[in-house]
Amino acid sequence: MRPQEYQQLVQQNLPPRPVLKNTLWAFVVGGLICTVGQVILSLVPFFEPSKTGSAAITLAAMILIGSLLTGFGVYDELAEVGGAGAAIPITGFANTVTAAAMEYRREGYLQGMGAKMLIIASPVITYGILVSFIVALIKSLILGVL
Amino acid sequence: MQYLIAFLVGGAICALAQLILDTTKYTPTHVLVATVSLGAVLQGLGLYEPFQEFAGAGALVPVSGFGSSITKGMLAEAKSFGWYGLFTGTFEITGLGLAASIVFSTAITLFRKPQR
Repeated sequence: MRPQEYQQLVQQNLPPRPVLKNTLWAFVVGGLICTVGQVILSLVPFFEPSKTGSAAITLAAMILIGSLLTGFGVYDELAEVGGAGAAIPITGFANTVTAAAMEYRREGYLQGMGAKMLIIASPVITYGILVSFIVALIKSLILGVL
Repeated sequence: MQYLIAFLVGGAICALAQLILDTTKYTPTHVLVATVSLGAVLQGLGLYEPFQEFAGAGALVPVSGFGSSITKGMLAEAKSFGWYGLFTGTFEITGLGLAASIVFSTAITLFRKPQR
């Protein structure tokens, strides 16, 4: 049997992905995480009235929650159920950083944790910056800011 | 009401991402990068802020908010300082997310071992 035929056979006999179920769970988990964020965002203005400030505190709190849940192994379970619902919120970003930090710590604090903490998060940072730079450059040129 | 909107909008973004993951061959990294980029582009078009005004944490918490914040910071500093503001503005707002992730993760790494 050629490799292609084998691949085809594997594809045919793979159980169908439960697309609807996965999507629903992603909706519920992602929605709930955002609701937690909304609770914080609604409460923060009592001691930090500025809009930028309350958004910043909310994000920091969500990152703390994501990191803590990763530290206690809870976020992995959440990701198991929620898929993209756990990955897309900023808590998922924190999860990738904390998970990588914990994982690579055994290779040392410098070469391990220090070098590889952002290993999963860095595509998001790199392309976030690149795309933003192009967008901001074009917009600045159009607006005549530069 | 704002809680319901945040739930529905945030949930919808995640559900869409999951649907793409399940029905195409793209990896989670592709989808994450696409979400961040989409946020950056929508910010450039001036659409992300009204969206966030409406959806609150439903727009702030997904990583698309990360992309929109980078663009927002770059544009704000380019306005204040000229061309080099495009560089200095990168982490004006998002620096918080990155620094918080690094600081909290390091703190947790000192006390916790990987679960599996």
